[in-house]
Amino acid sequence: MTQAMRIDGGMVDRSRTLSFSWNGRWMTGYHGDTLASALLANGERLVGRSFKYHRPRGIFASGSEEPNALVQLREGAAQEPNTRATTIELFEGLNAASQNHRGPLAFDLMAANDLLSPFLSAGFYYKTFMWPKAFWERLYEPLIRASAGLGRLPMQPDPDVYDHGFLHCDLLVIGAGPTGLSAALAAARSGLRVILADEDFVPGGRLNAETHEVDEQSGADWAAAVTAELAASDNARLMTRTTVYGAFDHGIYGALERRTDHLADAGGKPRQVLWRIYTRRALLSAGATERSMAFGNNDRPGVMLAGAVRTYVNRFGVAPGRKVAVFTNNDDGLRTAEDLGEKGIEVAAVIDARKGDFVMDTIGRSGIRAVRLGDGRRVEADCLAVSGGWSPNVHLTCHHRGRPVWDADVVGFVPGGELPSGMSVAGAANGTMTLAAAIREGHGAAVGIAGDLGAERSPGTPAKAADESFAAAPFWQVAGLRKRAWVDLQNDVTTKDVRQSHQEGFRSVEHLKRYTTLGMATDQGRTANVLGLALMADAAGKSIEETGTTIFRPPYTPVAIGAFAGRARGKHFRPHRLTPSHKWAEENGADFVEAGMWLRAQWFKRPGEKGWRDSVDREASRVRKSVGICDVTTLGKIDIQGRDAAEFLNRVYANAFLKLPVGKVRYGLMLREDGICYDDGTTARLSESHFVMTTTTANAVLVFRNLEFARQCLWPDLDVHLISTTDGWAQFAVAGPKSRALLSKVVDDLDLSNDAFPFMACAECSVFGGTPARLFRISFSGELAYEIAVPARYGDSMMRALMKAGEEFDAVPYGTEALGVLRIEKGHVAGNEITGQTTARMLGLRGMVSRSKDAIGLKLSERDAMNEDDGMRLAGFRPVDRSVILTAGAHFLNPGDSADMAHDQGWMTSVAYSPELGMSVGLGFLKRGTDRIGETIRAYSPVRDQDVIVEVCSPHHVDPDGVRQRG
Amino acid sequence: MIINHPLLGPRDAAEFVVLGDACLIDRPDGMNAASEEMHDYAYVRDNPAGEHRELWYHEQGDRSWLVVTRSTLTHDVIKVELARDVARARGRSR
Repeated sequence: MTQAMRIDGGMVDRSRTLSFSWNGRWMTGYHGDTLASALLANGERLVGRSFKYHRPRGIFASGSEEPNALVQLREGAAQEPNTRATTIELFEGLNAASQNHRGPLAFDLMAANDLLSPFLSAGFYYKTFMWPKAFWERLYEPLIRASAGLGRLPMQPDPDVYDHGFLHCDLLVIGAGPTGLSAALAAARSGLRVILADEDFVPGGRLNAETHEVDEQSGADWAAAVTAELAASDNARLMTRTTVYGAFDHGIYGALERRTDHLADAGGKPRQVLWRIYTRRALLSAGATERSMAFGNNDRPGVMLAGAVRTYVNRFGVAPGRKVAVFTNNDDGLRTAEDLGEKGIEVAAVIDARKGDFVMDTIGRSGIRAVRLGDGRRVEADCLAVSGGWSPNVHLTCHHRGRPVWDADVVGFVPGGELPSGMSVAGAANGTMTLAAAIREGHGAAVGIAGDLGAERSPGTPAKAADESFAAAPFWQVAGLRKRAWVDLQNDVTTKDVRQSHQEGFRSVEHLKRYTTLGMATDQGRTANVLGLALMADAAGKSIEETGTTIFRPPYTPVAIGAFAGRARGKHFRPHRLTPSHKWAEENGADFVEAGMWLRAQWFKRPGEKGWRDSVDREASRVRKSVGICDVTTLGKIDIQGRDAAEFLNRVYANAFLKLPVGKVRYGLMLREDGICYDDGTTARLSESHFVMTTTTANAVLVFRNLEFARQCLWPDLDVHLISTTDGWAQFAVAGPKSRALLSKVVDDLDLSNDAFPFMACAECSVFGGTPARLFRISFSGELAYEIAVPARYGDSMMRALMKAGEEFDAVPYGTEALGVLRIEKGHVAGNEITGQTTARMLGLRGMVSRSKDAIGLKLSERDAMNEDDGMRLAGFRPVDRSVILTAGAHFLNPGDSADMAHDQGWMTSVAYSPELGMSVGLGFLKRGTDRIGETIRAYSPVRDQDVIVEVCSPHHVDPDGVRQRG
Repeated sequence: MIINHPLLGPRDAAEFVVLGDACLIDRPDGMNAASEEMHDYAYVRDNPAGEHRELWYHEQGDRSWLVVTRSTLTHDVIKVELARDVARARGRSR
């Protein structure tokens, strides 16, 4: 297909023809086109359907403010909905399709919504579909959901790569139009480190779209020359295709660079890079956005912003129509007629609102054929260029506390209130609407900043240009409007909706926005907001100044979630920590489970085992009968040293530590200041002034943080120092009746007899002829057991050596599941019981809380409500029918009581199948549980559909007297 | 956000963990305090619009606890001190 609407001139490269597919049809464009300009060159006026009424829509703008031309880009998993055709650079093989229609674009079945428009006005979803009530879930909601939204998600993982980056500079210039180029040039010449960012792929902004001259050359040539000088400068960095989307605290800006979106094949390079830019100062030179006016059927394809018409004609060499009518309220719109005339395009009429003329209505269905004027005349035209004035792009000035203020001369909101610190604004974004003034202002701002920052080189002089005339008069909606007139094209908000919002009392701008959804679409109402406010002011009989404006939040334009995620996705979502025996475990059939960031062996599958239970039962049994080895490196380890180390421990643990003898380990319980238990572990005293604390795996970071808080903020003069050694030592539990025999083969010159090294003893020693080690006689399983630690670099060898030494005892490695079985059998509490909502008394550890010293949490743990006699107590549970498998989370009920919260007696926290006892056993909290041993109650779990009778018993299912661990 | 660490210079807030009101330094002695006093210490915080003294912990750094005086309205950081120095100045010792 030929490019019927292509005309001479422009900045496209006619030697490079590109083929692209639109709705399955192949067309051509040129290098330098956007999808929008290429579609217009091919005479495609209808490009999409509107959000609510499914009205035919065409290309309305030429930049990121585009409300209509949202398309589905690319195919398969890489496809992206709601991309703006006006910002997509054309590349060979580009594939795009229109959105939001059923059936072909030209005959959308959903267009029936337009006939229903009287029922779909502002707030319709609050008022209609209310009855009959039963219809909501089955009929209305599915219908509304099916018709909501615009584009389609691919529903597949995003195959593209995204990255993050960090940049530092003295001055960030946001926008490379005449103002930004002038400022960046002066700043770079002064010697500042400058970053100039622009969302377009060619710097120059409006200079590329207009016919202005700068320094006696065309604006576009001047922009290219400045760009070349900046590119050659050592201290300037020019970033095209980069949108600064947000201003954050302390001179930090977020920017999205579209790195390979314009290429047919990214070649494995990141598609987009999310930059965090740290800058001492920022200059916002983001220009201004043109807006429309409200007249009948002002949304038809062919109605286009006048500035966009000039962009297509001057920059892209494309005629948006063959006969163009111009409707304007300012001098800027008049230039459109001149530029069209220069290119030989027929100007059907120039309708100047300031002279009392206006467009009443447009005629045509899928594109305008003619316009009807206020005096009844009909003008044949296939394009209507509209200029309702320009709104400064103040968005980034609002990202902290800025509140734009109305400027009657500009007829727009200009920056006001508190700008982000370090930010200045220049050019059209600041309400300086004419060329020469903007260039001078950009230059002046840069010179001022260079002076502030102590730059010493000469900034040069500003480029010379003429000021074009800019005379705007407010004009919002035509008088005597009878047809629907759109305010927000993307969200289908009409003048009627704004009036209705006022009538129904939603009169503040914030209410207007939320009730009508004005400005809440993906374009954040860039071309719509000011018109909407003006109409609300009109309805309320107030000035725009009194009405005020809503403000803007980041992002300036949409940012893909993938860009925020960067490389932190899939297995790189967060780092994995591997235990020292990880490689060995991989070689030996381990299944791994995530425990925080750690990957821990869950069980070790052996040939012939059909499911995980087989492996876990075997591992737990072997520990009780012989010996097992488990990597427990993940437990937090904190080295505590100093003359006051014992005193410090005495204050952070609820139980006493002052008199712990050297060579002994003690179990410790930590409370939060509110008296609730939050962690437990063991602490060993290696010398008078040296302790080693262990914490649970989950709380390792938190406990260390809290200890540092206590040390630095509460008792700053205690002589105590802390260091985390979790990763420094590989630690293994060696548990079972044969553990002593095994370790005797491993440990050098240490008497392991029960007298010499009893339960809760510890020592620094060596293994295998000189490797330094620490040995602790502690037991989580209830068996005779030890934990042995070696420097982490020996961890892998240690695991292999322990297994070899254990061969004669048929030693097994065991994972976290068997660890859990053993501790539940023994009745040791863990994370399921220490949930951050349980007290020492509930856990049966009340006796440990010392009342003869102050410790964190002591005072508030004494509160009456936390010590009621009929409170929850830890108990054990067994099914009366021994073949039943218990479920954690079941609630306890007295027999005969109804199953409701009023009769709740507690809940099951942990369950396991006990190979030792041949049945399922549980731990849980039961009202007065310790007094109810021997009772039978119901364990009721409606979510698991289980209702069983259980017997209350001691939580210590195995060896309640602790004979084995002391043996 | 950038916090000007008194020992290490300007550091990104991502390196820190925030705890909240610096009044947590003023912990009453658990053996002598009235219940109400300990209750207020554990639960009651000011929530000012304006200057606020907060505890920040340089967890991904040198593990210093800092007292950061910050405006909750503008996010300006007004002053940064080592919490240990603040604690000593408020009479805390051993």
